[in-house]
Amino acid sequence: MSEIFSPVRLAEARPAPVAGEGAGVRALLIGVAITFLALFLVLPLAAVFVQALSHGVGAYLNAFREPDALSAIRLTLTVAAIAVPFNLVFGVAASWAIAKFEFPGKTFLITLIDLPFSVSPVVSGLIYVLLFGSQGLFGGWLQAHNIQILFALPGIVLATIFVTFPFVARELIPLMQEQGSSEEEAALTLGASGFHAFLTVTLPNIRWGLLYSVLLCNARAMGEFGAVSVVSGHIRGLTNTMPLHVEILYNEYNFVAAFAVASLLAALALVTLVVKSVLEWRFSDELAAGRKH
Amino acid sequence: MLGLLGPSGSGKTTLLRIIAGLDAPDRGRILFGGDDATGLPVQQRAVGFVFQHYALFKHMSVADNIAYGLNARRRADRPAKAEIKRRVGDLLDLIRLSGFGDRYPSQLSGGQRQRVALARALAVEPRVLLLDEPFGALDAQVRKDLRRWLREIHDRTGQTTIFVTHDQDEALELSDRVAVLDRGRLEQVGTPDEVQENPVSATVLKFLGDSVEVEAMAEGGRVSVRGRETPVSAPPGVIGPVKLYVRPWQLQLVELEAAHLSGTVRSSYRSQGRQRIEVEEAGGQILAVEDFDGVRYAAGHPVGLRINGGYVFG
Repeated sequence: MSEIFSPVRLAEARPAPVAGEGAGVRALLIGVAITFLALFLVLPLAAVFVQALSHGVGAYLNAFREPDALSAIRLTLTVAAIAVPFNLVFGVAASWAIAKFEFPGKTFLITLIDLPFSVSPVVSGLIYVLLFGSQGLFGGWLQAHNIQILFALPGIVLATIFVTFPFVARELIPLMQEQGSSEEEAALTLGASGFHAFLTVTLPNIRWGLLYSVLLCNARAMGEFGAVSVVSGHIRGLTNTMPLHVEILYNEYNFVAAFAVASLLAALALVTLVVKSVLEWRFSDELAAGRKH
Repeated sequence: MLGLLGPSGSGKTTLLRIIAGLDAPDRGRILFGGDDATGLPVQQRAVGFVFQHYALFKHMSVADNIAYGLNARRRADRPAKAEIKRRVGDLLDLIRLSGFGDRYPSQLSGGQRQRVALARALAVEPRVLLLDEPFGALDAQVRKDLRRWLREIHDRTGQTTIFVTHDQDEALELSDRVAVLDRGRLEQVGTPDEVQENPVSATVLKFLGDSVEVEAMAEGGRVSVRGRETPVSAPPGVIGPVKLYVRPWQLQLVELEAAHLSGTVRSSYRSQGRQRIEVEEAGGQILAVEDFDGVRYAAGHPVGLRINGGYVFG
């Protein structure tokens, strides 16, 4: 079988790099970018940690010994542990349905998935008050059956799920659409069951995108303030998540404790950022492997 | 080896996907050697499907790609690891990629990927091998080599094969039988010789090569053009004005007195030992004529054409 392409000839055909602009312009552009980043991103982040540690490490750690703070951390982790897997399953299912099948109402479903991004989080919270509050649509029924949704864990989880709804689906839909369904069809003709094809073909193809989106989803689930604030009721030690706890401490002029808890959220953001960068680096590495040969 | 031939949008790929079980027919049945497979899910049809763009599993090595169908079987039906390895090795030899088992699809050329896709489909020992435009995405030279190679494999294994193509040459060269499709309808099935010599409809005729459409009269079992009889016989029962379809090699340049048609030479060029002359009729219609190399005509030269053969459809 004769192959016509020769990599050497292709390399020769590549044009020489265009000469860069002057060193002065370059220095100016880089300087502006770095100043901007420092002013708006690094400085506030550093301020959080400086404030948190302003009375020493002891005071910083004391903020976490408080039962209210501990319960807020526990609640935040619980909420994320429920909301993220839920959105993971929903996101994969929705992207699968949208990317691989044609059905009426598809465009409507895509718009619907975007809704939480376009609605103010406060409104997202109020929706649940209207539905489950004592004057709400299901309020009477819930009260009669002694089920507590608002001002309790279920309400907070629902609001968080609503707000973080789009993260996984938005990431996966374009990815799956681009990949099409011919690989899955190939697996089916080779005798694989639908589930086996999903595990061995679909999942490996979307694994990095999936991990990436779960990470962002988790960061948002832990950091959500507006929607959760409306449905939580701010009961200390019971329904306060970390962001709400930070606000309470701040309003009580307890700056060290407020910034200490905030530093945890900031640390979470940093970890997310690092893992995200590593993933992006892995992504491009995989893509480059395809081009190199 | 059956070739499904037709213009784009004629339903070739849809038919292939219905045979595979990837799409469902509105009505009708799919029979595999007398067994009704219409209700069978795609997994149980035992077909080998080669997709137009290969659809290789990007994240698996070539060997894993080929072994996929065997590994996907239920434990009871799955061959032992060593057996799978041997089968993969045999198939790699067959597709002449013996040292490539550890490579990934992204490291292969288009022709190599196509062969891997074929080996992957053959690994499950399908009852029927289905190829969707198998050479569509390859350049001309690789295409030719692969064609010959596919025919060799077919002759060696005797594998029942159905392939889709819009390229007449490909269909006529490769197939034992050709099925011509048009707008979702099966026009004709036959050997390449049959469909070329006795096309059943104008659609089949036009699709299988160049032709000229001439107004003619059918009378007493004969077809005449401009009052002069041609050697073409009319189908029984056809009387009156008809359309006569003539291939370029069924037209001959003659003196004006003996001609059925006449016009002026518009252009002429040589191709593969033949002279191809385009003649413009008075009405503006362009007629293509093929003649043996050697004659030369300047543009504008008046010529006569005799019809030595052609087709009339009832």
